[in-house]
Amino acid sequence: MASLWEYANPKKFIQTTDRLLPWFSVLAALTLVIGLIWGFFFTPDDFRQGSTVKIIYLHVPSALMAINAWLMMLVASLIWIVRRHHVSALAARAAAPIGAVMTVIALATGAIWGEPMWGTWWAWDPRLTSFLILFLFYLGYIALWAAIENDDTAADLTSVLCLVGSVFALLSRYAVNFWNQGLHQGASLSLDKEKNVADVFYHPLLFCIAGFVLLFIALVFLRTQTEIRARRMRALLARERLG
Amino acid sequence: MKALLLRDIRLAVRAGGGFGLGLAFFLIVVVLVPFGVGPDSELLAVIAPGILWLGALLSCLLSLDRIFALDWEDGSLDLLATAPLPMEGLVSLKAMAHWLTTGVPLVLASPLFALLLSLPVEGYLPLVISLALGTPALSVIGTFGAALTVGLKRGGLLLSLLVLPLYVPTLIFGAEVARRGAEGLDTGVPLAMLAGITFGAMALLPFASAAVLRVNLR
Amino acid sequence: MMPDLGKYADAVLSSYAVSIALIVALVVVSVMRARKVRAQLDEVEKRSRRNG
Repeated sequence: MASLWEYANPKKFIQTTDRLLPWFSVLAALTLVIGLIWGFFFTPDDFRQGSTVKIIYLHVPSALMAINAWLMMLVASLIWIVRRHHVSALAARAAAPIGAVMTVIALATGAIWGEPMWGTWWAWDPRLTSFLILFLFYLGYIALWAAIENDDTAADLTSVLCLVGSVFALLSRYAVNFWNQGLHQGASLSLDKEKNVADVFYHPLLFCIAGFVLLFIALVFLRTQTEIRARRMRALLARERLG
Repeated sequence: MKALLLRDIRLAVRAGGGFGLGLAFFLIVVVLVPFGVGPDSELLAVIAPGILWLGALLSCLLSLDRIFALDWEDGSLDLLATAPLPMEGLVSLKAMAHWLTTGVPLVLASPLFALLLSLPVEGYLPLVISLALGTPALSVIGTFGAALTVGLKRGGLLLSLLVLPLYVPTLIFGAEVARRGAEGLDTGVPLAMLAGITFGAMALLPFASAAVLRVNLR
Repeated sequence: MMPDLGKYADAVLSSYAVSIALIVALVVVSVMRARKVRAQLDEVEKRSRRNG
């Protein structure tokens, strides 16, 4: 497994992702287009929810990615703390804004969906509230990165924040559950096939989820490259000023 | 260790330490609420537990940036870092000093402020208990936030942004205890959760705070 | 071609519009920043190589 750590070398990472990036971008665009068009044009209306069921193709994948982006940041932060690979810290930094946007999409589509279904744009439902809190965590994390000038210090501090934040985000999730019982239905996807949404909706949804995952990977590659270059540039500029 | 604690408390009580400031802020919040929602005492009684908890939380937040700022400015934080006292002990002491100078006064003053918001009689004890149990968590979590932002020149606003989401569980369970108490319901479960959060935070967060402080002092 | 969305057309269309707009904005911002930083780095590297 030693080979995996080779990608921790910034140059190697840029070389590899430069080769992979077009593939991931094209695949992401393709699956997203297929999934969304399939979902939007070629699925029937739900007998209870009418055409609003089509929102699921955006709502569920974005909500999944909002959480998974944070998990990825957590893993990357741990790798930075333990093995101190710069690429890892920068990847966490690169993922944060994507996660924040995904959270906004999940919240916005949820609000638009909630209005006709529940008769309200917003309710202090546990799931909704937890997502709002997750968004606040993203904001704090991004703000901390932006506030600190020294790259290594920023990486260290944000990593610890991500760790502590994960624990508290989880705590908040349970606290919020305790605080208010919700309107939101249970998970739409689970390994238990019986509980899943009907197949007609399920297949295009899988495409959309795959599309969002691929999009996330492509964006993380691109943004991490950018962060690596920005970091190298800052280092060169600092040397220039000294010399 | 005792000397350090006493020194911190003396610094906070002395001029410009912001000792009375938190309490005054708490009072102002309590006074402003009826202007915002109207003087109806029945309505006030309903929202009193939440307002009191929010007020306590915000006045706690107000003094967080002072935990390390003074020591950072005059360089004594670097000295303390090289002292034989481990960093974890230092941040725990700092959190304790912060609690003694802001948390305890808030707890003691809360019945008085509850009176202003016409909290039902049976709500007083749960309110005081929940605040007494919850404010240490606020101080410990706040110390972590203060350690994160210690080196920043204008860290105040960032500090609030970082710390407030971390306060969510404490606030939920604390206010729940106070609210249930005011309604005469059983407070056992949220009280246990609140205690769990407080003691968990006291046990684990000093390690994170110390790690962060070491990074900032590098 | 357009499916009949019934009375919920506004909700469905606006959520697609909002989401797609946000995703496109994210992609555009990422790509633009990537280009900018790349160009800047090239320039700085050229300069530093020239100076030794």
